[in-house]
Amino acid sequence: MNIIETKNLTKKFEKMTAVDNLNLQIKEGEIFGLLGPNGAGKTTTLLMLVTLNPPTSGTATINGFDIVQQPDKVRKSIGIVFQDPSSDEILTGYENLKLHGWLYDMADELREERIKEVLHLVDLTDRKDDRVKKYSGGMRRRLELARGLMHHPKVLFLDEPTLGLDPQSREHIWKYIEKLAKEKNITIIITTHYMDEADKLCDRLAIIDKGKIVVLGSSEQLKKDIGGDIIRLKAQTLNLDALKKLPYVKEISPCDGEVCLTLENANIHLQEIVKVVGKIDSVEIRSPTLDDVFLHYTGRVIRADTPEGSWAEKAMQASTKK
Amino acid sequence: MSELKGIYALWYRETKVFLRERSRIISSVVNPLLWLLIIGGGLGSAVSFSGINYQTFIYPGILIQTALFSSVFFGVYIVWDKKIDFMKEVLVAPMRRTSIFVGKILGGSTDTLIQVLILFVIGFLFMIAGIMPDLNLTAFSVLVSLAFLLVTTVGLVSIGLILGSQMESPEGFQLIISFLVFPLFFLSGALFPITNLPDWLAPFIFVNPVTYAVDGIRGVLLGISRFDLLFDFTMVCLFAMIMIFIGTYAFKKMKI
Repeated sequence: MNIIETKNLTKKFEKMTAVDNLNLQIKEGEIFGLLGPNGAGKTTTLLMLVTLNPPTSGTATINGFDIVQQPDKVRKSIGIVFQDPSSDEILTGYENLKLHGWLYDMADELREERIKEVLHLVDLTDRKDDRVKKYSGGMRRRLELARGLMHHPKVLFLDEPTLGLDPQSREHIWKYIEKLAKEKNITIIITTHYMDEADKLCDRLAIIDKGKIVVLGSSEQLKKDIGGDIIRLKAQTLNLDALKKLPYVKEISPCDGEVCLTLENANIHLQEIVKVVGKIDSVEIRSPTLDDVFLHYTGRVIRADTPEGSWAEKAMQASTKK
Repeated sequence: MSELKGIYALWYRETKVFLRERSRIISSVVNPLLWLLIIGGGLGSAVSFSGINYQTFIYPGILIQTALFSSVFFGVYIVWDKKIDFMKEVLVAPMRRTSIFVGKILGGSTDTLIQVLILFVIGFLFMIAGIMPDLNLTAFSVLVSLAFLLVTTVGLVSIGLILGSQMESPEGFQLIISFLVFPLFFLSGALFPITNLPDWLAPFIFVNPVTYAVDGIRGVLLGISRFDLLFDFTMVCLFAMIMIFIGTYAFKKMKI
């Protein structure tokens, strides 16, 4: 059963189309990733799905409810962890979670039990009675995650869930997300521009660019589809004509000023390639990554370095509140 | 049931935050005290109306001033909630927009009433110390005043919430002070009697809903008023109802 279906979901801003006739089917219980560079339309898609932003045209159903016609019912079925801090920093971590429990009409006992559970999960039990103002950026992020997980929604949206976290916390959170999807049968939608995150976590993922789906499938399938291994050559001048004659080289493409070859069983063919291509400075063989997939379909790389309006910046803005 | 819990959650948050931010409470009490002591004391040495010392005369006006400033500004704090994503967290919760609006009104009114209560205590001290001997603070007059203040506050908080729901940036604050809060205050008769007004000024005073709150409270606390108490109260209730109506609509249309 498809828990989420979008039908020509579109969002236009004055001059640009942020999301362009998106058609997605997401199955119950899967972890689905929206991978793409900044400004690809990931967050806009998410905000439409969680009913905060009405689509310009098209619609979607979540858990059988229409996001335009039945936003109230949709909201009862979902949870979301936003990209930006959304907890009250004058309240303590515990109080923020309690507030969330009230807003979601959780029974008192269940609420307290879950608060304990999620605080433990994100390692904030010791700091639960400190005001959020005193938390570091990473701690705030963990609190937001804890909050989003608290009411065990049918569908959980995570907008860049591990942005700005240290590797250890990321691993930790990934494990919990996987556990949630498996044990509670919660469908999880993740937006991310971290390739490794999408690779590790998602059952299926859609690579989106400029508001459109570039390609969709499981990580393995996508990598397999672009055809085997990648050889990266660096040289002053390359004999490209000779390379083109080799039958087993599936694709020759420029990547970052160097040349990348796509082929199967690269280690067998390497010797011949090196022989025909002329003098080379360096050579590298590797298995394809999702970045190669993205490069293959769009001709560009996903930069994972500078998210727009970084977490730290937003947190600083927020701390001038009131 | 679920809606009530959500409303309670919002009220809890606003009240807790307000009580934790001591600077807000202190400044909210210091400002009216300055008015009462300096403007009231300074002018009071020379001016009196209907045999009542000026300092005492403006006391009801200062109560309303406190309610006015704190209520309207409370609403504008929404802009901050929007800046950080707290507003999204609330809007995405399975709650009706109307309930969110009600929760916010209750939170804002509580903040304002706490400040007003402090002013009542100060007024009481001034009364027994003989600084404002004409002040008539009895259980009855305080209760009637509080009823006026509560209803007016609900209306004013709604104005703030309407503005806040539509505003995008905190820079608009300044505009609201200049074009809304100050005119509402100065044109309310908080600082002067509204009996013998110049013709050009009178209409402005009488379309201002705050005028009726000041008149009503001054009537019960000092015994001077232009209108009948019931008429004043009706006007204030009407104002609050209209604002709640518009506010509910504004919240339904609010975008992130």
